[in-house]
Amino acid sequence: MSQLLIKNGHLLDPANKLNHQADLYIKNGLIIAIDTAPENFQAEQTIDARGLTVIPGIVDLCARLREPGLEYKATIHSETISAAISGITTLCCPPDTDPVIDEPAVVELINHKTANAAHSNVLMLGALTTGLKGELLSEMQALQIAGCVGLSNAKHSIENTLVLKRAYAYAANCGLTVFIEPNDHWLSAGGCAHEGTIASRLGLKSIPVSAETVALARSLEIVAETGVKAHFGRLSSAASVDMIRRAKNDGLNITADVSAHQLHLNELDISSFNSACHVLPPLRSQRDQEALQRGIADGTLDAICSDHQPHNPDAKEAPFASTEPGISALATLLPLAMRLADENIIDIETIIRAITSAPASILGMSSGTLSIGTSADICIFNRDTNWQLDESSILSAGKNSPFIGWNFQTRTEHTIIGGTVIHSHRD
Amino acid sequence: MVNKACRPTDSLIGHDAWNIQLDKNGQLKHFLTVEGLSTELLSNILDTAESFANINEQRVKKVPLLRGKTIANLFFEASTRTRNTFELAAKRLSADVLNVNISTSATSKGETLMDTLQNLQAMQCDMFVVRHNASGAAHYIANRVAPGISVINAGDGSHAHPTQAMLDMFTIRRNKGHNFGRLRVAIVGDVLHSRVARSQIHALNILNTGNVRVIAPKTLIPIGIEDMGVEVFNNMEEGIKEADVVIMLRLQKERMQGALLPSEQEYYQMYGLTEERLRLARPDAIVMHPGPINRGVEIESSVADGPQSVILDQVTYGISIRMAVMSMALGRDPETIEAEKT
Repeated sequence: MSQLLIKNGHLLDPANKLNHQADLYIKNGLIIAIDTAPENFQAEQTIDARGLTVIPGIVDLCARLREPGLEYKATIHSETISAAISGITTLCCPPDTDPVIDEPAVVELINHKTANAAHSNVLMLGALTTGLKGELLSEMQALQIAGCVGLSNAKHSIENTLVLKRAYAYAANCGLTVFIEPNDHWLSAGGCAHEGTIASRLGLKSIPVSAETVALARSLEIVAETGVKAHFGRLSSAASVDMIRRAKNDGLNITADVSAHQLHLNELDISSFNSACHVLPPLRSQRDQEALQRGIADGTLDAICSDHQPHNPDAKEAPFASTEPGISALATLLPLAMRLADENIIDIETIIRAITSAPASILGMSSGTLSIGTSADICIFNRDTNWQLDESSILSAGKNSPFIGWNFQTRTEHTIIGGTVIHSHRD
Repeated sequence: MVNKACRPTDSLIGHDAWNIQLDKNGQLKHFLTVEGLSTELLSNILDTAESFANINEQRVKKVPLLRGKTIANLFFEASTRTRNTFELAAKRLSADVLNVNISTSATSKGETLMDTLQNLQAMQCDMFVVRHNASGAAHYIANRVAPGISVINAGDGSHAHPTQAMLDMFTIRRNKGHNFGRLRVAIVGDVLHSRVARSQIHALNILNTGNVRVIAPKTLIPIGIEDMGVEVFNNMEEGIKEADVVIMLRLQKERMQGALLPSEQEYYQMYGLTEERLRLARPDAIVMHPGPINRGVEIESSVADGPQSVILDQVTYGISIRMAVMSMALGRDPETIEAEKT
């Protein structure tokens, strides 16, 4: 197979404490050396990365590809291209597809489509309960054997606490991590905005912080009792960050993430009924936004994900509450994350860890680093450009982004997956 | 030095929810919410309504101001009183009126709503009067109609009902004079779901009302409502004390189902406006209600029909206010309207 040389780039890999200019040697799809050329290495392809930053390929903990079930919104093909161009080399889909990923046949279906169409690596979470209904346990071991890297009930809450406990216990029995999006649906049902001044002014049905914290507290207790490894995703509030911090201090085996948009937007952004900012959990107060940023900075929150939800245009064409929630977010994951470093809100090593090695380790993968011998999944970006996000720069089938019109400094220049250059930016 | 990644300026994001209401000369183009409008503009609406009130008291109640204009009443939510007064207002201004009742179920999808609008635009209407059960619906429509068409919000979800608020201000001004600064106004009832209350609160504050208070059980008060410039009372007797104006809100029966209240009886016990409670307000206090009234639920019959009640005046003034708003939005500088179309 081919030999690829990435020369003169600034390597940044917090997991290996790399933060200097060096050459990177790739052979047969693996990283084989850094700095010094191995014997007999003859590059068939060379990328001159002078002035560019070379990081492990980005790992996205939550991206909805809409296939199977909602192909009119997006497909595995369209979304994995978008991911690859954005420097995301691995992404993980939640099980709320149609049909739900609750049996091996669905995993095989997606794997089949992925093998034919995918540009980025696609991982899957299996459903924790059949049909995500919160009633019966899914065949967790069968899902694991089929290739699911973890289990989740996605946005569907498991109302029956006994089912919840048994599901966590059985997942622990299989050695699988449960991925939890804490949401008490009694408190959130029908809501579309953070319970606060803005929703009150706009007359929008609101979702209190307690919709998240009540579910989070319940899950934390049962995680402690069952000993299951748990990951809490898409947290939105200061109170949740505090609860995760306390639980980690108590020695609980948990991790947590936040979506990139929650670090940049807050409830004020919906004040003109901007449906592009209709997301669940909702954009909360500025105080919550800042607490989430601090959560990433101090390591309470481990990872930043895209929470990618591409939509057809009509999905956002209605009065605010009637629109579908979610942001098409693959294109902005890296630029938004890097913006926090550029504005000195969070140091760059923490940022890079939060989109590479941390999510990889949450998914139980060895990738997400530039370690010698690992698969050469690499993102090379320029952090010193100035470009504006417009619809044409969103390769996803969903153009629903509140960040259209924003200027960014960071742009992915090259993406390498398994040693193959998948994407190179052309001006 | 690298450029800071930055948000676009507000002008690039689009317009603020309320600024799309004004044209480039600062004239009222759409009337979607009272929020963000100036004291001068609200006074201007009230003054204009005053002149129409005189017409409405004459034998021939018609002026040719909007002859040749077409106004479509788009009611996605049932309404009798509001639609009737809008229709009457348009007809007294000599406009042609088209009433379109659209069941909300048929337009729960945005594209159907847009289809409806495009069909009506093809009929070359000059103004849409819109009522819809979704908060923000009027803004949504105003942002998408063809240039040159004005949109009047006749109630959107729990968000705003600006013409109702203005007719209430008109009623207060006619009864209490122009100086709102010395007034204490108490709004009683289901503030949580009330677009009327939200618009009243904005209007009262813009007109510099001395003291605005809301009175309701905790389950019917929106979080953070204080930030809109009101004092919150959970106790009716305390809240109504020394009030110059008492505005009662309608209580929808379905609030009992959502566990917001135990029963109509208990609500009436705690928050109903009885003759006895009204005596806690100032002796010359007026009693208002946007209608329709639930007698014996939020208000005692003898109060609703009593000497302090101005509830029927509100209905009459509703026509003048709607005439004022329609004539202002459609009577703008024709050159500006033409320029908007290109």
